[in-house]
Amino acid sequence: MYNFTFHRPTTVRQAAGLLARNPDAKLLAGGHSLIPVMKQRLASPAALVDLGLVEGIVGVELKGRSVSIGAMTRHADVANSPVLKEVMPALASVPGSIGDPQVRNRGTIGGSIANNDPNADYPAACLGLGATIITNKRRIAADDFFTGMFSTALEEGEIIVRVSFPVAKKAGYEKFKHPASGFALVGVFVSKRGPDIRVAVTGAGANGVFRVPSFEEALKKRFSPKSIEGLTIPASGMNADIHASAEYRAHLVGVLARRALVKATA
Amino acid sequence: MSATGIGAAVRRKEDFRFITGQGQYTDDVVRPGETRAVFVRSPHAHANIKSIDVSAAKAMPGVIDVLTGAQLATDKIGNLICGWMIHSKDGTPMKMAPHPALAASKVNCVGDAVAVVIAETVGQGKDAAEKVKVEYEVLSAVVDPAKAQAKGAPQIHPDIANNTIYQWHLGDAKATEAAFANAKHVTKLDIVNNRLVPNAMEPRAALAEYDAGTDNLTLWNTSQNPHVARLVIAAFVGMAPEHKLRVIAPDVGGGFGSKIFIYPEEVVCLWAARKLRRPVKWTSDRSEAFLTDAHGRDHITHAELALDGNGKILALRAKTIANLGAYMSTFSSSVPTYLYATLLSGQYDIPQIYCEVDAVYTNTAPVDAYRGAGRPEATFVVERLVEVAARQLNLEPAELRRRNFVKSFPHQTPVIMAYDAGDYNASMKKAMEMADVKGFAKRKREAARHGKLRGLGFSAYIEACGIAPSQAVGSLGAGVGLWESAEVRVNPTGSVEVLTGCHAHGQGHETTFAQLVSERLGIPFDSVSIVHGDTDKVQFGMGTYGSRSGAVGMSAIVKALDKIEAKAKKVAAFMLEAAEGDIEFKDGKFTVAGTDKSAAFGEVALNAYIAHKFTGAELEPGLKETSFYDPTNFTFPAGCHICEIEIDIETGKSEIVNWTAVDDFGTVINPMIVEGQVHGGIAQGVGQALMEGAVYSAEGQLVSGSFMDYTMPRAHDLPSFHVGLTETKAPSNPLGIKGCGEAGAIASPAAVINAITDAIGTEELAMPATANAVWAALQRATPRQAA
Ligand SMILES: Cc1cc2nc3c(=O)[nH]c(=O)nc-3n(C[C@H](O)[C@H](O)[C@H](O)COP(=O)(O)OP(=O)(O)OC[C@H]3O[C@@H](n4cnc5c(N)ncnc54)[C@H](O)[C@@H]3O)c2cc1C
Repeated sequence: MYNFTFHRPTTVRQAAGLLARNPDAKLLAGGHSLIPVMKQRLASPAALVDLGLVEGIVGVELKGRSVSIGAMTRHADVANSPVLKEVMPALASVPGSIGDPQVRNRGTIGGSIANNDPNADYPAACLGLGATIITNKRRIAADDFFTGMFSTALEEGEIIVRVSFPVAKKAGYEKFKHPASGFALVGVFVSKRGPDIRVAVTGAGANGVFRVPSFEEALKKRFSPKSIEGLTIPASGMNADIHASAEYRAHLVGVLARRALVKATA
Repeated sequence: MSATGIGAAVRRKEDFRFITGQGQYTDDVVRPGETRAVFVRSPHAHANIKSIDVSAAKAMPGVIDVLTGAQLATDKIGNLICGWMIHSKDGTPMKMAPHPALAASKVNCVGDAVAVVIAETVGQGKDAAEKVKVEYEVLSAVVDPAKAQAKGAPQIHPDIANNTIYQWHLGDAKATEAAFANAKHVTKLDIVNNRLVPNAMEPRAALAEYDAGTDNLTLWNTSQNPHVARLVIAAFVGMAPEHKLRVIAPDVGGGFGSKIFIYPEEVVCLWAARKLRRPVKWTSDRSEAFLTDAHGRDHITHAELALDGNGKILALRAKTIANLGAYMSTFSSSVPTYLYATLLSGQYDIPQIYCEVDAVYTNTAPVDAYRGAGRPEATFVVERLVEVAARQLNLEPAELRRRNFVKSFPHQTPVIMAYDAGDYNASMKKAMEMADVKGFAKRKREAARHGKLRGLGFSAYIEACGIAPSQAVGSLGAGVGLWESAEVRVNPTGSVEVLTGCHAHGQGHETTFAQLVSERLGIPFDSVSIVHGDTDKVQFGMGTYGSRSGAVGMSAIVKALDKIEAKAKKVAAFMLEAAEGDIEFKDGKFTVAGTDKSAAFGEVALNAYIAHKFTGAELEPGLKETSFYDPTNFTFPAGCHICEIEIDIETGKSEIVNWTAVDDFGTVINPMIVEGQVHGGIAQGVGQALMEGAVYSAEGQLVSGSFMDYTMPRAHDLPSFHVGLTETKAPSNPLGIKGCGEAGAIASPAAVINAITDAIGTEELAMPATANAVWAALQRATPRQAA
């Protein structure tokens, strides 16, 4: 790890100010993506702005027909949130599947989606539920937020404050774990909220999380695993590495979508 | 059996300090004025070094010096060596290329060290290491051993044609060919035994200190055999005379073979410590461990089994290419030869066996012994061949095995080994009962109803342990003898210290060795302590690997205890005023036959030291004895493992639903520790079969270079194992011990792959059998139906 200066602001405004004054600064949330790359000397921010003491960006709240989750809410606290387990257990199951207890007790939703790892779980939930990412500057629809591997619509110095998820009556997440890392080799989040049907896939795509319009179309008739029986997606555009071929990932998208639908319609 | 004697499941003494974080590992040792070594490593798999500029690095804060391979050569520090000579078929000796501790002119794998920064802190060392400018001329690399032998392949070491180290063979080629010519059936398999990264929990480390006043060097290191390290570093590397070098291997957190070897880093730390007159410490980080610990396995084999019309095996032949990596590691040459081909008879009476092995250099990390070393590779060949032959002949796999088991002992195989004791059918029978093989068909039908395929796989393994009779290994090319030493020191108060040349790095010797002594001397278990791992304390020893510590190391203790008993009887005779021949020793008490006179062990010990009851002319005072034990044969642990697996048809993911292991380890000292060894071994073997694989890109980059890409088995990947024992005593050592450290890792890969291929109905499945691999195989296969 290289040397860096360490800042601990207590408000979002202070944090934004620190970022503006230190062009080489990075936000630090749970540190479970950022610190490992710093330890490997692959990232060398001159300053870290720790969000740990910032007020008002932690917690899970039901606001009307949406669930609002503060950016600094730990994976474990989302997974165990009584409100969330009550209104939308499918969303609670997403952070519940992340890493191990240490990771779940440090990692945050804001850090996860800002990082947009192509194998991360939260991006599938955000896209699969049509969430809104609320920053210190604006509101960004999930459909516009995830712009490719490790890249997002966030601008320089922009801070995620919270994420708002519309409550879907029917939703399910199915994850096939990467054998080594435990991230999603492929993960599929499905939901139905009135006429809005979403199938979002993480892990599989060479460009990160994506939706599957052909499955969504088929599910319009009936939101049931049967409706997409036998449907597949093409292997082109899928990620391929030593753990899984593009064909296998494409195949898993179909399998996991059906299994997620079984959960969503149970 | 006493509560702490042989056969008792005594809790491990050493665990208190390990579990409470009070172990003393090399990295925990801190010396005054200590500096840290940071290595500059090659990012290229194959390149000429055009120049190295250390000036900018030397000017960095906290840097004491930056040293290179050129200086190492100037200081006449010798190369690392491989200590086991193998001769090719044509009689020529193996071709060992120079292995300098720091590469001076050429790098041959990613991670090859080219310079070392010695700095006040690791951070400063890393900062400076980035400033070392190395100009490389990148050469094309080769990582596949078959390609490395091909015409036009990159030349890794000058003058070594086709990158081939040796072309060795064992057995009678002509007779084997004749047997194949007469066969009714031949089973053929192409097998890749996947390359593994050892991943001991404690990474390697070294700390060297020079005492200018005495000219003594001390090395603390993560070694499984500190005396061998001292011998090699003194005699071959030429660092210091043997008596001026002390090697201490304190608590060591796992080795699995990878810590047997002598590595560049410890040599460099010693050299730098003397040069700079400051202690020098290096602790590998996990990324370095992936790149530089000697890897395991990596064989490509074509194997064939010849059978007659009755399912009787007539012959076996195999042709193996073994990848030894960029340099020959300390014992690398022996692994694919005498530790491999000699076990190709398995548990079976096979009249003819012929095996050819080519060992090859590639631009990858060196490959050497890894838990089982050669024997897992042999078992995989034999047990896959036998299982597939049974399927092809429509015989129950158990039946084919039964027809071919060795049933009378001693049994001379055609590949050197003479099996001395065993009952292979007993293990298989018990395993089949425990695994409820009879109920399998029903369970398979049940699984099919839930969209799952079920398979059952056997592995009836044998291994040669207790390594080994010195004369035997000497005749096969070993540069050392493989006896073991023990010194038993009885204190005046009757407590006992045992110095052993074995080294514990997870095996629990402090417990099991104390059990032996406590039982033999009739003294409390807590009155015995075991001392190991320090060349200044223990005179000499060969260390721990090859499941040798019980069979060889404890036998040495037994011999020393015999001498202690004999001497103590003399002392007791003076104390009790009786003839030496009338003294009996039992349960910690010396008695005079036919009288009620007695003396406790502690009283005799005290008398041995105060020496009031005898003159120096009659008897030497003191009670301390030494023994060197050289076994008369290898030991042959054997057993049968049965794996039952369930496969998700849609995803190809397999889940081990049942694992039965019945092993014959001879005498068992501590069944709890033995069971633990079996569990760990199975986990490692399952890791190899389903998950682990070191993958290099064609350019020689280690793609699976971290735990994000190298899959280690986790607790939830494994079921609760059903472990049972059968017992035939090993005739070659006084305790009848065979050894248990590697059995699980040797047996399990074949059991897993036999189970999966049974379920999916194709034999074409390479390790690791990941979900993707099984799914892909399923696309080509028709799953077997339940009977
Ligand atoms: C062993 C291990 C296993 C893991 N397994 C999984 C898994 O199975 N599934 C999975 O999805 N993830 C997994 N992760 C990743 C984990 O979830 C991380 O915690 C997460 O990706 C990042 O969140 P963080 O709070 O730790 O962010 P940090 O590491 O602190 O930050 C990550 C990035 O986001 C930026 N950032 C942080 N907060 C904000 C904000 N509020 N606004 C804008 N930018 C911000 C940072 O500047 C940084 O660039 C694993 C991690 C580890 C170490």
